Amino acid sequence: MIKNIKFSIILLIIATVQSNALIEVDITRGNLDPLPIAVSPLSSDNETNSKLIKELKIDKVGQKISNVVENNLKNSGLFNPLNKDAFLQKPDIAHLKPRFEDWSLIKAQALITGKVTLNDGKLRVEFRLWDVLAGKEMMALAFTTVPSNWRRVGHIITDKVYERLTGEKGYFDTRIIYVAEDGPKTKRIKKLAIMDQDGSNTKYLTLGNELVLTPRFNPTNQMVTYLSYFRNLPRVYLLDIETGVQEVVGDFPGMTFAPRFSPDGKKIIMSFAMDGNSDIYTMDLENRIVDRITNHPSIDTSPSYSPDGKFICFNSDRSGYQQIYVMKKDGTGVKRISFGKGLYGTPVWSPRGDLIAFTKLHKGKFYIGVMRTDGTGERLLTENYYQEAPSWSPNGRVLIFYRETKTDSQGKGFSAKLWSIDLTGYNERMVKTESDASDPSWSSLLSN
Amino acid sequence: MNLSKFFKNAFLVMLACLVLSACATKKVQNQMQGDVYTGTDTVEYLASGVPDRVFFATNESVLTTASRDTLRKQAEWLRKNSKVNVVLEGHADERGTREYNLALGERRANAAKDYLMTYGISANRISVISYGKERPVDSGSNPLAWSKNRRSVTVKAN
Repeated sequence: MIKNIKFSIILLIIATVQSNALIEVDITRGNLDPLPIAVSPLSSDNETNSKLIKELKIDKVGQKISNVVENNLKNSGLFNPLNKDAFLQKPDIAHLKPRFEDWSLIKAQALITGKVTLNDGKLRVEFRLWDVLAGKEMMALAFTTVPSNWRRVGHIITDKVYERLTGEKGYFDTRIIYVAEDGPKTKRIKKLAIMDQDGSNTKYLTLGNELVLTPRFNPTNQMVTYLSYFRNLPRVYLLDIETGVQEVVGDFPGMTFAPRFSPDGKKIIMSFAMDGNSDIYTMDLENRIVDRITNHPSIDTSPSYSPDGKFICFNSDRSGYQQIYVMKKDGTGVKRISFGKGLYGTPVWSPRGDLIAFTKLHKGKFYIGVMRTDGTGERLLTENYYQEAPSWSPNGRVLIFYRETKTDSQGKGFSAKLWSIDLTGYNERMVKTESDASDPSWSSLLSN
Repeated sequence: MNLSKFFKNAFLVMLACLVLSACATKKVQNQMQGDVYTGTDTVEYLASGVPDRVFFATNESVLTTASRDTLRKQAEWLRKNSKVNVVLEGHADERGTREYNLALGERRANAAKDYLMTYGISANRISVISYGKERPVDSGSNPLAWSKNRRSVTVKAN
């Protein structure tokens, strides 16, 4: 539906100067001292500029791409992009050979330069990452794509820079699916919405005629599973974002909810509620075989697979209150892992496999936290009046969740917004959305 | 003289505050027993003397004495009106995670359904739907508002 105007990334290795990089960014600790980086606007010649304006109505595309990169780097909390007013060297000259003294003068430790050209209607973008202190090139790459994909080029450049400087995969060429909200609290209108990770390119996937909740990406492609109240029958649905085709998952005689994909994308795991009892089931999307995973008179919900697919964490009140449990994928070996004070919900297994993120309710406050998969090492990242439903960035370094405000004595002032926070507990920030928003789910990297 | 007048005024103001706040507390207490809503602000009626909803304590799906009384009235009314089918809509307050609350709403509506069935109403006249915390009646963020929202509402389906 939205996608994917054939995006051929041609990675051209322009130069392979191996350098012993002096700069590296440690992302395992809270970074209170972000790396000063200069993002020089990508240069383009007059011919390219006039063609882009005339044919595609895109002005200053080089500058726009560098703005995308700069914004991404800043939001990561690990980098401090320097003010362009202080740049001494012109973009086209810097891209050929930076005068490192000029860049170290303004305290830049890393420099990104680049160039945009238009050939046969295709946008060709090349960029270089420079180590200013060592006076060396660290990376040089070029991409060719259709011009309308220029924002994605900015995200891919950021991913490459992030990976080169931190040693870990980035999370910038990704999308967020979420529920867009509008209207009074008692009659909320909810629609599925999708946007780029940085909040641009918002598109609405449903019209708001029926209540929709908890969309989740397939980790292997651009399919989504979610809960819809279509015809007042709350059921788990499957949505192909590209075609817009929706279908109900399975033929259950009651409410199905809390869906997620298995890591290989071939199954959906969800809750099925019948006669006041919710248990966990899976459905194989190829042969439509349904398996019952839990069988217990308590509420069992919010299931999430480990990335190797061998284990499932879930939420159950079998102890009397909501707690987090882990079991084998066939439902055996159930073990409670949350033992701290308060209630625990919405467990989500990290894509790295080592942690489970959760929501915790204790003494009237809601927390987003993480614990090891055996329940040890609980760490609360953020406290608020109401927040829940963390979703991991594909590299397992950032969590996105939603937060609701308390209403006043007249019941006014309600809002719901998306927020993100680093695993370190630093860099908490609101993620801008066009409307109120909840239930975010982070896609995997669109390109690799 | 002035000072004593001041104290006297202050005392009166304090007294007034105490009386007013006591009234406010009393009002809330009159509408809640423990944390179960016992008021009638949001209640509608299926017929004269037949309230449409029952209320629950936080995280609970146990029917209170008052709830069972309401459901017996509903059962009696349903027996008299044997062509009427109903939907039981289960709800939770906003102080819980969305998915758990969907399950909790379903559990609450089924508690009401089971009780109607023990009073002779056939299961095929009753359907159940949970809205979790999606459809509060009171948008307030306070214990009284939450108590009104923890409910199972019996709605005519035809």
